[in-house]
Amino acid sequence: MQAKKRYILVFVSCAFLAYCYFGGYRLKGAPHRPRRAQHESAKDGGVQPYAQLPSFMGYEQRQPLSNESTAVAVAAKKKPPAAACRMETCFDFTKCYDQFLVYVYPPEPLNSLGAAPPSSANYQKILTAIQESRYHTSDPAAACLFVLGIDTLDRDSLSEDYVRNVPSRLARLPHWNNGRNHIIFNLYSGTWPDYAEHSLGFDAGEAILAKASMSVLQMRHGFDVSIPLFHKQFPLRAGATGSVQSNNFPANKKYLLAFKGKRYVHGIGSETRNSLFHLHNGRDMVMVTTCRHGKSWRELQDNRCDEDNREYDRYDYETLLQNSTFCLVPRGRRLGSFRFLEALQAGCIPVLLSNAWVLPFESKIDWKQAAIWADERLLLQVPDIVRSISAERIFALRQQTQVLWERYFGSIEKIVFTTFEIIRERLPDYPVRSSLVWNSAPGALLTLPTFADSSRFMPFLLNAMGVEPRHNYTAVIYVQIGAALGPNAALYKLVRTITKSQFVDRILVLWAADRPLPLKKRWPPTYHIPLHVIALGGSSRGAAASPTAQTGQEGRPSISQRFLPYEEIQTDAVLSLDEDAILNTDELDFAYTVWRDFPERIVGYPARAHFWDDSKNAWGYTSKWTNYYSIVLTGAAFYHRYYNYLYTNWLSLLLLKTVQQSSNCEDILMNLLVSHVTRKPPIKVTQRKGYKDRETGRSPWNDPDHFIQRQSCLNTFAAVFGYMPLIRSNLRMDPMLYRDPVSNLRKKYRQIELVGS
Amino acid sequence: MHRYKCLISIEPRSKTMHHPKEQILNCLTYALLAIVAICAVVLLCDISSHRDRFFYSKKDPVVLDLTISHAPEVLLRPDPEYRGRNVNCTFWDCLNIYKCEHDTLKVYIYPLQEFLDEKSDKVANTLSSEYFQILEIVLKSRYYTSNPNEACLFLPSLDLLNQDMFDKNLAGPALASLNFWDRGENHLIFNMLPGSAPAYNTILDVNIDNAIVLGGGFDSWTYRPGFDVSIPVWSPLVHQTNSIPIHNGAHRKYLLVAAQLNLLPQYARTLTELMSTANNAEQMLLLGPCDNNQLKSRCTLTQHQKRWEYPRVLGRGRFCFIGRSLRVGQPDLIEIMSQGCIPVIAIDNYVLPFEDVIDWSLAAVRVRESELHSFIRKLESISNVKVVEMQKQVQWLYSNYFKDLKSITITALEILESRIFPLLARSSRQWNLVRQNSHSTFNPLFLTSLAPKSQGFTAVILTYDRVESLFLLIQKLAVVPSLQSILVIWNNQKKMPPHLSTFPTISKPLKIIQTRENKLSNRFYPYPEIETEAILTIDDDIIMLTSDELDFGYEVWREFPDHIVGFPSRIHIWDNATMRWHYESEWTNQISMVLTGAAFHHKYWSHMYTYAMPGDIKHWVDDHMNCEDIAMNFLVANITNNPPIKVTPRKKFKCPECTNTEMLSADLNHMRERSACIDRFSKIYGRMPLRTVEFRADPVLFRDNFPDKLKRYNDIGSL
Repeated sequence: MQAKKRYILVFVSCAFLAYCYFGGYRLKGAPHRPRRAQHESAKDGGVQPYAQLPSFMGYEQRQPLSNESTAVAVAAKKKPPAAACRMETCFDFTKCYDQFLVYVYPPEPLNSLGAAPPSSANYQKILTAIQESRYHTSDPAAACLFVLGIDTLDRDSLSEDYVRNVPSRLARLPHWNNGRNHIIFNLYSGTWPDYAEHSLGFDAGEAILAKASMSVLQMRHGFDVSIPLFHKQFPLRAGATGSVQSNNFPANKKYLLAFKGKRYVHGIGSETRNSLFHLHNGRDMVMVTTCRHGKSWRELQDNRCDEDNREYDRYDYETLLQNSTFCLVPRGRRLGSFRFLEALQAGCIPVLLSNAWVLPFESKIDWKQAAIWADERLLLQVPDIVRSISAERIFALRQQTQVLWERYFGSIEKIVFTTFEIIRERLPDYPVRSSLVWNSAPGALLTLPTFADSSRFMPFLLNAMGVEPRHNYTAVIYVQIGAALGPNAALYKLVRTITKSQFVDRILVLWAADRPLPLKKRWPPTYHIPLHVIALGGSSRGAAASPTAQTGQEGRPSISQRFLPYEEIQTDAVLSLDEDAILNTDELDFAYTVWRDFPERIVGYPARAHFWDDSKNAWGYTSKWTNYYSIVLTGAAFYHRYYNYLYTNWLSLLLLKTVQQSSNCEDILMNLLVSHVTRKPPIKVTQRKGYKDRETGRSPWNDPDHFIQRQSCLNTFAAVFGYMPLIRSNLRMDPMLYRDPVSNLRKKYRQIELVGS
Repeated sequence: MHRYKCLISIEPRSKTMHHPKEQILNCLTYALLAIVAICAVVLLCDISSHRDRFFYSKKDPVVLDLTISHAPEVLLRPDPEYRGRNVNCTFWDCLNIYKCEHDTLKVYIYPLQEFLDEKSDKVANTLSSEYFQILEIVLKSRYYTSNPNEACLFLPSLDLLNQDMFDKNLAGPALASLNFWDRGENHLIFNMLPGSAPAYNTILDVNIDNAIVLGGGFDSWTYRPGFDVSIPVWSPLVHQTNSIPIHNGAHRKYLLVAAQLNLLPQYARTLTELMSTANNAEQMLLLGPCDNNQLKSRCTLTQHQKRWEYPRVLGRGRFCFIGRSLRVGQPDLIEIMSQGCIPVIAIDNYVLPFEDVIDWSLAAVRVRESELHSFIRKLESISNVKVVEMQKQVQWLYSNYFKDLKSITITALEILESRIFPLLARSSRQWNLVRQNSHSTFNPLFLTSLAPKSQGFTAVILTYDRVESLFLLIQKLAVVPSLQSILVIWNNQKKMPPHLSTFPTISKPLKIIQTRENKLSNRFYPYPEIETEAILTIDDDIIMLTSDELDFGYEVWREFPDHIVGFPSRIHIWDNATMRWHYESEWTNQISMVLTGAAFHHKYWSHMYTYAMPGDIKHWVDDHMNCEDIAMNFLVANITNNPPIKVTPRKKFKCPECTNTEMLSADLNHMRERSACIDRFSKIYGRMPLRTVEFRADPVLFRDNFPDKLKRYNDIGSL
């Protein structure tokens, strides 16, 4: 090799090495592992950088298991902690398959001094609500759930309602079984100074806790139920309606955010309330606290107390609640407070300042639609948070507070029933309601999921689902007298009229008369429309259609049988008729088209009204012509078939018994029920007021007692419901060109024009 | 490269020379050449990788470098002591909220590192393709921040997806070595397959202290509600299968398909027993592995194995079974959902993916393990309607939250975001909103009670310059008992409104607002001066409505506060000849709109009209000075699915004696324009929201043969 060439070569090589040294420094750290080479080969393909990386899971994670490996795994499996109950581990489902029944232990025997065992008024109300409900059974062998006769609501040992010796009392219970299938209601646990949440003073074992002020940590998720804290005057039934009557937009009120309450100078839960004064500005944010509570507040007071008390006395609690858009709900000694329900009722949107609190019925209720969360740690952000909420959101939040209050929280009965329904939905065969059902009116308590598995078969959420009720209707004629069937008989004419309707699906005749069924050939021809005649008369039929038979002890058939959910009724719409109703086909068709737009209401012809009679201090019932009505008689009315199911399976047995004994008022009860569900009046169509064939002499309507009976029914019903659900309407629906001075030929429902009042 | 080849090619020639000194120099040269060659090769590889990285980072201009090959090494000492995690963590005490005080959730990702055992040089974990993708998704998402100081959450780049793939003794120290670890505070751990043989814990056996686990295998004992997030176990198979149109409907051939391979043997036996009963054999498809141990095919368990392609075979079933295996979470769930099959989940206490926000009752059937022998009956009892609803829900959930790693990762982060910023949280309705069809709506006026009578209504009069009829109208309105106040919208900028003192003196409050522009939408502006719920919009020349009519109209509105309640009405008709919508003012038996020349509506609709009208409808109406009433009818009907309500027989605004030749409505052109409006609006809404009804509202005793003085509303005019 020539020297010159070599030198050039060496020089080039050195230059190259130098370049390698300075330029290739990145290589220094790169270890040479086969894995690495794999990655780099991936790069050359120009595909995604991760394409050649191994997957996180291969066949070995999914291969079939051998019996041995499973056995080893099962043996090695850590047992879940015994205290951490779940329905699968601490609940016996075997008694809950057919029905969900609740047994209440009888009150404890009088003690040696002859005194009744202590039990607070609220606990009595809980027991009464259960005992008068359809959940109740007096047979412990049939019960799925057991409720203690011992008052466990207040477990603060300093409280006057504190019941002593609970452990020994529990041990005496015949079915206690370490609490399995028991439910324990509790509002307060723990006491001063630490207010420990788990300290009940007894071991609840495997019992389900329905407890207020639960925290995320202590609650056994999917097992315990968080209930709201309610005060001593809380009503058993019905209760006050929400205070929001008007739905103004924007929903802003005088104050943006308000709080008035006690403050604890020190101790658990004191920090939050002690720093609230930072938010007070006296204009739109009113945060007033006082330390003037308890026996020794003067000794404990700090230097803010006097100033606080002055501000505190300037505002009235109730006024603040009603005049504030948002209400601060900070924790007290315990996580929950009365103020939560109070704010909810007042439509004052709760701003929660209670870290780790599990809100009432949180597993089912979507509180995001009705409350705002703040964080105790970020107290000073609260004003910014509430100011940033849009007017539309406030509008929606406020309405939702009312929906929730009225459907789940208004009374002790509702709270207890909601608790039961939450537990019931965990049972194997009971269908689970969707969160849409739970969080919109009329709510879960009035939506029986056993009726149908899809909400489209219910009358309430059709618009939300974007569906219409299914087409056509089933005419259900209730025959009480059973006059001889001939071409001139009212019933005969009625069936003929129905047959001509273009929307009828089938006709169902419920024969409750003592007279024998007419022969098949006596009925008018119905052509393609099926006619079913069902003999009631205390027969087995009524009992078969519903597990809770409507036939009473004396075997007399109840008039409520006309509302049984017969399986022959396949359409959403039911046209309920009395045998002597006189309606023409146009009237039927028109009422049906109106019903399709209001499927959740009763749409019918003859209307009645209720009124408050001051002189008698009772509800009055009138069939006079009035400017308003609140009842549409089900002798000629359309309604959704779901109400048949609700009537039969939901109404208190007390109500059904009243109807049975009087053989009357079933239509009033149906109206009360529907208004209770919808909070809306029924709809009357056209001018027609009388609907009875006046020729028929033997109608029970001609009985003077009949009317008095209905009046007394109305009052009984209102008492059992706890309020008067009926609502008045001032309008009726007429066909578009009704009685207009235009040619009759232009009108669609010409027959209606001919019907007078 | 080419040059070196030349040099090498010269070499054999130089070998022929024999100089001892030259030989040494030649040796040195060759050695040098060899070194240079090696360096060249190495460098070339490096350059190629450089180029790749260069392009990569160009494509993705974020700061963090996710190049796998250049992760720095970290040496660790294994820590066999297992402390696990803080089981008492809640959102309120383990999450440092002060790091999250910015307006949005920010996530910092640690750079890729190589964790090694300092003694054995064993790697702590192997980066999987899925975890790499998750990192990349977060990196490209709106949540990413490169600044650890502004980050709320921290995402280690250590792959802990599958406990079989990392060394659990090294993973803990590896996490602890992270710069901002601080006992795992605000750290996110993605994990899909926790536990390992034999116990298969439902939480990964790593010292993660206070870190938040986004886990795929929680049971209700290990899941910390409100703190951890339950995520699905991803299935690589879903990604590989090409999306095929899903055969929908209740008429899939099989009631139940069970194709899970790793089902616990006892449950597999139960299924086989169920299959053997007469009824079920036809409607159940029970599949096991084929002999090749491939995941993508499944074979029947019968003698003559029939081979099915997996997961497509799941599309044959209405319901698909997923049961307990050694680990709680299984990728089968996502495979089932990908085929639009309704999962039947028989895993007690399994915390379903995204259970915090997803309402699984709409999309899945849960069965208790103890009642496995009877669940077929339960499935059979589900109605076809429900099956179709659930199938739609499954598909919707799948395409929104499950379909790829991106959806899963972003959904998990969104759940965390909604906890940290509860104001941003979607409601359960929004998370589970499935529009079964285009008519699904949410009525924003859902307060069930009737509007209170005491408030009355505000009359909003839109006027230009017809002072005379305006004054007349004001006088007529003032005597309506339910009128609360009058608001005159003076839509004329050229002329000042008459002085307040010249207005008729009335006993109700009266306000005048002069607008800045002559726009029709001024009629629907939600003026703060309107203090009532109800607004009566009324034209300045509508003077023939009686006091009783207006009072009754308000009464009707009270009973239907979410509807528009008006007097004269119109109808839309589909014209088959022109294939267009036609606007009709004839008196027909049906109506679908009421004119807002005299109509009641809730103030909320004014707000919606002004601020939330879809498309350019509002501008269009203002530009063309027409169709504002049609727009309002569309708006309300679209949001509520409710028809308007026509009150009383009143059909026209003008009485015969007050004919107005200049009246716009008489113009044929005007009618044509209104037909075009309907066409235009229905296109913007994507549907025809208007609903046709055949009823109107009349007073209860209307036209009854009854003394007038006993009738509350007796002065009801006709036509």
